[in-house]
Amino acid sequence: MRDVAVVGFEQSPCVRREQNRNEVEVLVPVLRALREQTGVAGADCDFICSGSSDYLAGQSFAFVSGLDAVGAWPPVSESHVEMDGAWALYEAWVKIQMGQAETALVYGFGKPSMGDLPMTMALQLDPYCVMPLWPDAISMAGLQARHCLDAGVLTEREMAAAAARDRRHAMQNSNAQLRWDRSVDEILAEPYLANPLRKSDCAPISDGASAILLAAGDRAREICERPAWIRGIEHICEPIDLGVRDLGRSRSTQIAAEKAGVGSGKIDVAELSAPFTHQEILVERALGLSLDSSSQTVVNPSGGALAGNPLMAVGLSRIGECASRIFSGEADRGVAHATSGPCLQQNLICVLEGE
Amino acid sequence: MSDRQMDGDKPSEHDEDVTLLRVPVSLDYDYSAGVSASRFLRGIEQGKLLGQRCPVDGRVYFPSRGSCPQHAVTFGDETVDLSDKGTIVTFSIVRVPSANIPLELPYIAVNVVLDGADTILMHVLDANPEDVHMGMRVQAVWKPREEWTTSTANILYFRAIDEPDADYDQYKEHI
Ligand SMILES: [Zn+2]
Repeated sequence: MRDVAVVGFEQSPCVRREQNRNEVEVLVPVLRALREQTGVAGADCDFICSGSSDYLAGQSFAFVSGLDAVGAWPPVSESHVEMDGAWALYEAWVKIQMGQAETALVYGFGKPSMGDLPMTMALQLDPYCVMPLWPDAISMAGLQARHCLDAGVLTEREMAAAAARDRRHAMQNSNAQLRWDRSVDEILAEPYLANPLRKSDCAPISDGASAILLAAGDRAREICERPAWIRGIEHICEPIDLGVRDLGRSRSTQIAAEKAGVGSGKIDVAELSAPFTHQEILVERALGLSLDSSSQTVVNPSGGALAGNPLMAVGLSRIGECASRIFSGEADRGVAHATSGPCLQQNLICVLEGE
Repeated sequence: MSDRQMDGDKPSEHDEDVTLLRVPVSLDYDYSAGVSASRFLRGIEQGKLLGQRCPVDGRVYFPSRGSCPQHAVTFGDETVDLSDKGTIVTFSIVRVPSANIPLELPYIAVNVVLDGADTILMHVLDANPEDVHMGMRVQAVWKPREEWTTSTANILYFRAIDEPDADYDQYKEHI
């Protein structure tokens, strides 16, 4: 295996609605900032890979315009995934492993505010038996949370604690959208939005973009003083049929974490992309992160997806948030998580380490 | 077996298999054109054709998307006023109807480079198919002023003007 590292990370602020700017206009300053941070222009990278969704943009091949922000002439080697940018990063990592690139630009962007996001998300469901019922994403997550409570997997108080912790952490993150300090009891006093989910149990709808630069070996050391080396990266998918899955745990996260080697060292920082509090708890447990205060792991120092949720960039941003804490020396080893599909169907785990 | 559709007209019988399911899918979007396209559209509402100049090589993009797709730099707020006259660089005589183009056949699809611009504009030409040719000088024919909106449809079509053909060298890069 080649040594590949995250050597740069930039993101736009997460906002409820980018009223004026289109996706490319949100992306351009992010890529410019990444170029300034790393000294490497996107178009000079050996490979470029992006993550976005035409369903969010409401037009086909919307990702092509994203290349305006890169400068794709003369032609560049480029690819796209209709997934979160974390999976674009995985593709770029494979490309570098194959020896076909030394550097890769990865970006993700989305403006979910243009549509009705919980309904748009219904289109990712089984198209024959589930999607025709148009179950919205919040109700789907609510059913999962209800199952978790009824099965005794977790409690509403634990969910509220996750909601409080992430938004409190986000007070230190100027790019986060939900930044506040409320007590667990205050959150438990909120009315239900989709029983047993309260508004605070849900990630916000966010517009935004983020970008990461990957580099191999010594090239990484040239670009970045303390690269965040990818020691393990894996993604595992569960069946789309909710009826055949155990919704009370995240088996795919657990398998991915084992394959990525999460448990083979201490974890200083974990950045999780779960858009609902009960899902965040399921992911924490699948990663083997201890929940008690004696744990050394700081979970979601950025606030995670619950504080800022720019769909198609949110998972990539978790890798970036984890990496930037390694750049700064704040952390030596961390884990980032990204998710895709309904109720944690597919999960990606990336273990990062400084030298 | 039957091909009955589950579209709500009649309940299906329990002893019949469902072989077809009709699932209409539609989503509504509240689309924003973006800062740059909005500026362009506000211009055309006033009958102005606004391009933007790349700070790296000086090429004028029309319509501008706010940044240079070649150099990945933003254009800022400065605009370049363009003439509604231009040169045909290539064309196609269309004899096949298309659902979203309500023009009488045959019509002439043209790529026009407006004077002062460095990118092509796709539009239609009102001319006899025998007369259209590369290098032909044309001008926009606008809708009546009171019908102008924030739409490129403010230009109905292009029409030939009485000017000598442009030199091939002036437009060859667009072919
Ligand atoms: Zn340029």
